[in-house]
Amino acid sequence: MLKYESINELVKEAENRNVRISQLVLEDQAKSMEKSQQDIYEKMAKSFQIMRESVKDGQAKDQKSTSGLTGGEGYLMNEYATTGEGGLSGSFMTKAIARALSVAGCNASMGKIVAAPTAGSCGILPGCLVSLFEDKGYDEKDIVMSMFTAAAFGMVIANRASIAGAAGGCQAECGSAAAMAAAALVELGGGSPKQCADACAIAISSQMGLVCDPVAGLVEIPCIKRNASGLMIAFSSADMVLAGIDAKIPADECLDAMAEVGDSMPRTLKETAKGGLAMTPTGKKLRDKVFG
Amino acid sequence: MNVFDIIGPVMIGPSSSHTAGAVRLGRVVNKLIDDRKLTKVEIVLSGSFAQTYKGHGTDKALLAGIMGYKSYSPEIRDALAIADEKGIEYSFTKENIKDAHPNTAVIKFYLEDGTVGTMQGASIGGGNILVNQINGMNVEFNGDNNTILVMHEDKPGVIANVTHMMHFEHEDLNISNFHLSRQEKGGDAIMTIEIDNQPPEELVDEIRKIEHVKNAILIRRV
Repeated sequence: MLKYESINELVKEAENRNVRISQLVLEDQAKSMEKSQQDIYEKMAKSFQIMRESVKDGQAKDQKSTSGLTGGEGYLMNEYATTGEGGLSGSFMTKAIARALSVAGCNASMGKIVAAPTAGSCGILPGCLVSLFEDKGYDEKDIVMSMFTAAAFGMVIANRASIAGAAGGCQAECGSAAAMAAAALVELGGGSPKQCADACAIAISSQMGLVCDPVAGLVEIPCIKRNASGLMIAFSSADMVLAGIDAKIPADECLDAMAEVGDSMPRTLKETAKGGLAMTPTGKKLRDKVFG
Repeated sequence: MNVFDIIGPVMIGPSSSHTAGAVRLGRVVNKLIDDRKLTKVEIVLSGSFAQTYKGHGTDKALLAGIMGYKSYSPEIRDALAIADEKGIEYSFTKENIKDAHPNTAVIKFYLEDGTVGTMQGASIGGGNILVNQINGMNVEFNGDNNTILVMHEDKPGVIANVTHMMHFEHEDLNISNFHLSRQEKGGDAIMTIEIDNQPPEELVDEIRKIEHVKNAILIRRV
């Protein structure tokens, strides 16, 4: 049985057995849940299906959050992405951003989502994976399998640092989601287990110290847009690694640093809406608008 | 922890604590009501629940759970309208409950047969809940396991009789957690018994027959 306490453990075990991390994790989870690999695979495939539905749901023109503070981001971005060259970063990337915004918007408007790892960061993994599926023709089976790699990295992050904004700030939510997505992307891009770990390390390093400061305490501002930046970090981390650039600090050490940074972060910056953007003049004005 | 704790749960947004956890608190009340007809609920929100419930849809989530919907049911969005259609009266009030977890709700429910009950619980993060009180008595369970609540008189031997019967009649039942609370010596008491397995339907009736037991309720995983 895998302990999920170290990224290095996953890498070494996959290297020893000469399999992808996803295969290792699927086998291990089937054993520990006392279910067949097929059952577990199908449950994950269902989650991928729901992710695709959340993208569609959140891309509706009239999408609006329950509080009324946000809405329509996915729609606007998708319109922009599908016109002409698809904007400055090109249509593949802008469409991927649109998907991340759509899923996060779907969440804010009480739509159905898959927490990955949390509701606040639920747009990053689908933004990455649905884009490879719909725009680059990646095989559905490989994509669903890569979700096991993403989940395994998430388990290590949860065990070693945190995946809750209240405990570790936004680095624990969007940071973890981007790191999980980066590892999955590298596996899909044909990278080695060690490269998956390096992409995770780079993504975590890129969001080290990010605070959780939601305006009015709602999962909207800045959370929705941080899903877009998390997605960009996942892609840039994965592409850097696939280009042959390695992480200088190993993933496990990055996670330990993230835990330490999370612990030393003041309470005001950990989902309490008492600091950061939440306490800016405009942040307070928006809060008063919703809750009077 | 497994892969579906990380990629999952599938839920209606926006917040695992303020929406998904709230649905599960409501579902505890749904289990208490069982198949009897609900006419009215009065919901008191405390702490962060009181401050932000409108933006998180906590009100809809609690009501949806009370009506039996799950944390992934799309009906949560329309829970207020569905309750109106079903003729269920509802109210939400804000109150600062002393020493309670920041995300606490107290739900008072009125049934057509005249029964009135209460449940107090908290959403403690990530969709996890902790139920603190049922009908004014302290309990402690999280709804992840099948839980049996036994209301009884505080008399010697009642606990032994209940657990002995459970083992004697259903020898594979395994108790994973046990909690007892009482109002005063010799007064009303309540046992919270969490079980690993799926308890059979007849178990509750069998417990009710034990001397000094006033009532027993089975709350299956929520």
